[in-house]
Amino acid sequence: MVSFLIRRVLQAGLVLLVVGLVAFSMFNFVGDPIDNMLGQERTQADIDRLRAQLGLDQPFVIQYWTFLTNAAEGNFGVSYRQGRPVSEIIAERAPATLELATVSALFAMSMGVILGIFTAIRRKGVLAHVIMSASLIGVSLPTFLIGILLIYLFSVELDWLPSFGRGEVTQVGAWSTGFLTSSGLKALVLPSITLGLFQMTLIMRLVRSEMLEVLRQDYIRFARARGLSERTINFRHALRNTLVPVITVTGLQLGSIIAFAIITETVFQWPGVGLLFINAVQFVDIPVMAAYLMLISVMFVTINLIVDILYVAIDPRLRT
Amino acid sequence: MTLLNIENLTVEYPSRHGSFKAVSGANLALEPGEIHGLVGESGAGKSTVGAAILGLLEAPGHISSGEITLRSRAISGLDSAAMQSLRGKTISMIFQDPLTSLNPLIKVGEQLTETIITHLGVSQQQAHQRALDLLDRVGIPDPALRLNQFPHQFSGGMRQRVVIALALCSEPDVIIADEPTTALDVAVQAQILDLIKDLAAERQVGVILITHDMGVIADTTDRVTVMYQGQVVETGPTKTVMGQPQHPYTQSLIAAVPRPQVKLRRFSQVSYGGRDTRFAIEDLARNWPKATPSDGPLLSVRNLTKKFPIAKSLIPGRSKWLTAVDDISFDINSGDVFGIVGESGSGKSTVARLISGLYPLNGGTVHFDGALVSDPKDKAAQQNFRRDIQMIFQDPYSSLNPRMRVLDIIAEPIRHHTTRNSHDLTPRVHELLDQVGLGKSAAAKYPHEFSGGQRQRISIARALATQPRFLICDEPTSALDVSIQAQILNILKDLQDHLGLTLLFISHDLPVVRQMCDRVAVMKQGKLLELQDTQALFTTPKTAYTQELLGLMPRLDGLSTQGLDLR
Repeated sequence: MVSFLIRRVLQAGLVLLVVGLVAFSMFNFVGDPIDNMLGQERTQADIDRLRAQLGLDQPFVIQYWTFLTNAAEGNFGVSYRQGRPVSEIIAERAPATLELATVSALFAMSMGVILGIFTAIRRKGVLAHVIMSASLIGVSLPTFLIGILLIYLFSVELDWLPSFGRGEVTQVGAWSTGFLTSSGLKALVLPSITLGLFQMTLIMRLVRSEMLEVLRQDYIRFARARGLSERTINFRHALRNTLVPVITVTGLQLGSIIAFAIITETVFQWPGVGLLFINAVQFVDIPVMAAYLMLISVMFVTINLIVDILYVAIDPRLRT
Repeated sequence: MTLLNIENLTVEYPSRHGSFKAVSGANLALEPGEIHGLVGESGAGKSTVGAAILGLLEAPGHISSGEITLRSRAISGLDSAAMQSLRGKTISMIFQDPLTSLNPLIKVGEQLTETIITHLGVSQQQAHQRALDLLDRVGIPDPALRLNQFPHQFSGGMRQRVVIALALCSEPDVIIADEPTTALDVAVQAQILDLIKDLAAERQVGVILITHDMGVIADTTDRVTVMYQGQVVETGPTKTVMGQPQHPYTQSLIAAVPRPQVKLRRFSQVSYGGRDTRFAIEDLARNWPKATPSDGPLLSVRNLTKKFPIAKSLIPGRSKWLTAVDDISFDINSGDVFGIVGESGSGKSTVARLISGLYPLNGGTVHFDGALVSDPKDKAAQQNFRRDIQMIFQDPYSSLNPRMRVLDIIAEPIRHHTTRNSHDLTPRVHELLDQVGLGKSAAAKYPHEFSGGQRQRISIARALATQPRFLICDEPTSALDVSIQAQILNILKDLQDHLGLTLLFISHDLPVVRQMCDRVAVMKQGKLLELQDTQALFTTPKTAYTQELLGLMPRLDGLSTQGLDLR
């Protein structure tokens, strides 16, 4: 068990090092930032001064080492475009994305599992068929279209919910949260549904098929032959056995909720890191892109580590 | 008073193409304290009877006529709530496979207490105490520790004991045991059957024992009911039915049981109901290449060793290894049938996989026809060897690729090993299919369209496709019914007689081994305990372990010997 954990942490570290190398090599291969930062009127002296200031005159290995040590301290340098430390910019934007991702992940998981169980148990029911057909639409419509449709219906026509932005935010230390005001909470509803809908349908369909598979197993038949109630059988015996594959997929999907929030953030003008990243790409703002890459990979790796630990927690057969 | 009475039971499965009667007009009466055997081949409807009693028929199956009464009270046709209160409380069930009938993620203790609380409505503590008593009763040592363990920490036999404990939670009057020992080793099987006998005698529980194993029926049951294609063909006290079977089906079924005492020329086949058992061995022999017999043994194994990791550690010294095959050496002469027997986990299947190269060796050598074939670097030697050696696996359901047509399944080894163009392939496959008695039309079908016995014939055709000299048969019939088993074993005997094939025959079934093999090796925990000629092994075993194994064979003394092909 301990050796399993150590192995997994070492593997995670290796992944981060490789991603770090990719992020770092962007500095050398994606355009010359000096060109972008200094206008037409530059002199050779200006160029040399900025090059030295940004550390771009150092040899490759030293630059990589500096990058790594700085990254470990959360220091990703100065944004080429805004001229401010990247860590500061990210810290400003991250809470918006993380709150959006958390709410939509919770929405996707809870609704996905509940609907999945429902459609599996009432396999032949009318409502289950309706849900299954509706979920197909959910998967096939692209995210931006769902977002626009939701805005049209709930903001323009019904005027219930805001169509863009975070609403009022409260500052709690360095963290700006929308959870504490009613306008902040309202503003979360549409983007979270937009972002989580695809994951929800995916989780639902997965839970349903796993559940149907488990309900065919001998131990479910035996549980029924022992006279246990249907509720005990469905929720105590069957559900737990569906969790292992569901967790695998959910873990990967949670990562992509954060990583691919960009479209939703664009549609809803959400002031998160996704929007920041789009802007950074347009201006070849490499420090911001590198920091974003590192941030996302740390999240992916962490989530996968948690998934591995959850496996062991759920399935006793993996503990030996 | 009769405990459980089944009268004129008919179970139907309606479908688009009319209704299929899984059971038609079956009668059965069970007395308290009686063990009543329900015997028949797969598809005879015996498990359906068990499921019908508990109201656990798979939809759309339903009882279309007849009545089931428990102590004169009708229980067929009760609503699902009333049925659920009966299940586990008055009537319990034990399933075939103890490895799959317990929930792998829930502790054994919790599974017991939840059942006890459901039926007896006692407190958690009382339930815990009762769970302890039950585990103790079914013979599980150290019950307090065992309650806190998960199913995977129990061996197969121990799990089946847990399943029995679960069935006993609420002092049931009737236990339906559906093939309770089929998945277990002989030694464990005997213990479980003893436990069931004790329970029936001591608590006056009525037991319906569903099985296809005549040995189990003869040793355990008081009365027996024989089913064939959904109908009861014969019923009566076990001694009478086994000793003087009246119905021709029962007679041929009993004749097909492999006997431990006498060696027969051929296995007697179940002839009732007109089955196609054709196997064109003469056709096959006509075009078979004549191997030039060489001096010395055909296959020679020296110091074979295989270890599997059971606990990996970052520090190499702390990893734990299981020695599955421990320094084994033997020779197999050309044209012989060499048997390996042993309990599950003894390493007999691993030996087969090591010889065929499916597992890399950890030590030792394999020589075939005088040439070293176990060197992984010598690709040419291995390639030639693989054409000469083919395998037939235990499970005919999982050893054929369900997404390939039979034509491609059989053609694959030919394509791999010869330069035959695809032009000649199809006639060659058709020829093989004809020879194993399936017919040309089988080539276009998929494996799921065949029965277990037919699939094993496909496996045999695949194994013969490269015209090998050596066949490894790993439990080739243990997943099959007694009648099908006889057909397949006769085919294997023919292959040896007419084609001069050498066979490595792995089995846990001693009567079958006695009929099939010339020499037999006994394995236990990866070691080879003894190696003797079959006759000598069965009459004068050298080791205590072999004696013990022989002692556990079903006696079958009372069985009718009518219709046997005695040598």
